[in-house]
Amino acid sequence: MKLVSAVIRPHALNDAREALQELGVNGLTTTEVHGYGRQKGHTELYRGAEYSVEFQAKVKIEVAVKDDFVDQVLEAISSSCSTGKVGDGKIFVLDIERAVRIRTGETGEQAL
Amino acid sequence: MDNSVIEIGYALDTFYFLISAALVMWMAAGFAMLEAGLVRSKNTVEILNKNALLYGIACVVYLFVGYNIMYPANPVSGVIPGIDFFLGADNAAEDVFSGADGAPYYSSMSDFIFQAVFAAATMSIVSGAVAERMRLWPFLIFAIVMVAVIYPVEGYWKWGGGFLDEMGFQDFAGSVVVHMAGASAALAAVIMVGPRKGRYTKEGKPVAIPGANLPMATLGMFILWMGWFGFNGGSELKIANIEEANAVAKVFVNTNAAGAAGMVAAALLARFLFGKTDLTMTINGALAGLVAITAEPLLPSAGMATFIGAVGGLIVVGSVLLLDKLKLDDPVGAISVHGSVGIWGIFAVLISNPDATFMNQLIGTVVVFGWMFGATIVTLMVIKLIMGLRVSDEEEMEGMDVHECGMAAYPEFTNDK
Repeated sequence: MKLVSAVIRPHALNDAREALQELGVNGLTTTEVHGYGRQKGHTELYRGAEYSVEFQAKVKIEVAVKDDFVDQVLEAISSSCSTGKVGDGKIFVLDIERAVRIRTGETGEQAL
Repeated sequence: MDNSVIEIGYALDTFYFLISAALVMWMAAGFAMLEAGLVRSKNTVEILNKNALLYGIACVVYLFVGYNIMYPANPVSGVIPGIDFFLGADNAAEDVFSGADGAPYYSSMSDFIFQAVFAAATMSIVSGAVAERMRLWPFLIFAIVMVAVIYPVEGYWKWGGGFLDEMGFQDFAGSVVVHMAGASAALAAVIMVGPRKGRYTKEGKPVAIPGANLPMATLGMFILWMGWFGFNGGSELKIANIEEANAVAKVFVNTNAAGAAGMVAAALLARFLFGKTDLTMTINGALAGLVAITAEPLLPSAGMATFIGAVGGLIVVGSVLLLDKLKLDDPVGAISVHGSVGIWGIFAVLISNPDATFMNQLIGTVVVFGWMFGATIVTLMVIKLIMGLRVSDEEEMEGMDVHECGMAAYPEFTNDK
């Protein structure tokens, strides 16, 4: 089992969700996050004075999938979230040690 | 004249005065929304408390003594007004019907309520300038002194028949008597409390602190604009004949034209200077146009009113930038809108009013500024000695809402649901 954790542009969230749903991924978790990478922050102007926005608003999506499904999920997220410009985000894949479905107590891949 | 005609005229002039008073009262809502929109969300409850309570305090103290200082029955001299308390009886029917030159043509109670909401509006100008760092109760104690004594004294000098009026100083609805007066007190208060933490870097560079709710600030602008029809229109004091009805209508047209032109001019200048159309400058520009025409909304042509308003809109943008250079932190632009543009308004009277002279307008402006600024500094120094003026650094960082009022404006936006 793998956890695919992707930081994407907020407005790309719906495209990513649709792409994953088409693949048959039937559950994901999102978090509103702030951070910076190569995009860095930017400055805005208010009443003639500058202020800097150091952290960009992003959305993090997390999907737990079976090992042989990871490549398709990566492809779905990449293609739905790519604009080709700096700031599209990053995807990380992590191992999942254990998984439990709380309602039934099922464990492992059964719980995904 | 037939008594029934006099009676209808009296009723109509009184009714018009009362409606104007209600419109000006509603400016309290405009100031509240404007200021709540331009502060950070952590200071929302506190600024709303200030706006609500200053209105309440202004009405109480103006009724108790302020009105009688501004319009004394027996003034001591052209400089020193008399003192009296509460209100006298309203006009008797035989005085109204007398047909004499000075016969009353509207209820004196309607005059009181119109003047009372003006006093509250003057005080409202101060709250925005010292937002986010001046403590609630020191501010409210200052409001008592301001509306009971400081504002009525200079009001007496002009509208109560004091020495500025006798000299020939011209200020129709209060570009200086209300707006620049409020801004002078605001400037003194801003100097006394200092800028918000983090507003200027060590090198003196201004750092923006964006307001939390611009839809609310925009609503505040439109409410103020609506109130201004009562503010300027009501100041004609009479509507019940053809000439006066035409005059009031012209005041409405000119007031609206100046506000509209000020708004567009400020937006264009901001777009040119910053490369972006700053909404807060659009808002300030509309109010600047309205302040600019307030000293003489009747005599200019509508085209000239448009020009006067537009210049007001240009001045306000420059003034905001200048105050920032001087490190005078005014979160809502009150000093620029009401002060810098109020001064332009009082001199714009010279364009259309042949009774105005440059020297008289200058003397009136300097006298009102000196009195309002000086009296405010002295009052705030006394309050500072007794109870302090400013919140602690910690309170300022965590927000005044939780420390001064014990609550948050939008509790569901925070983590403690």
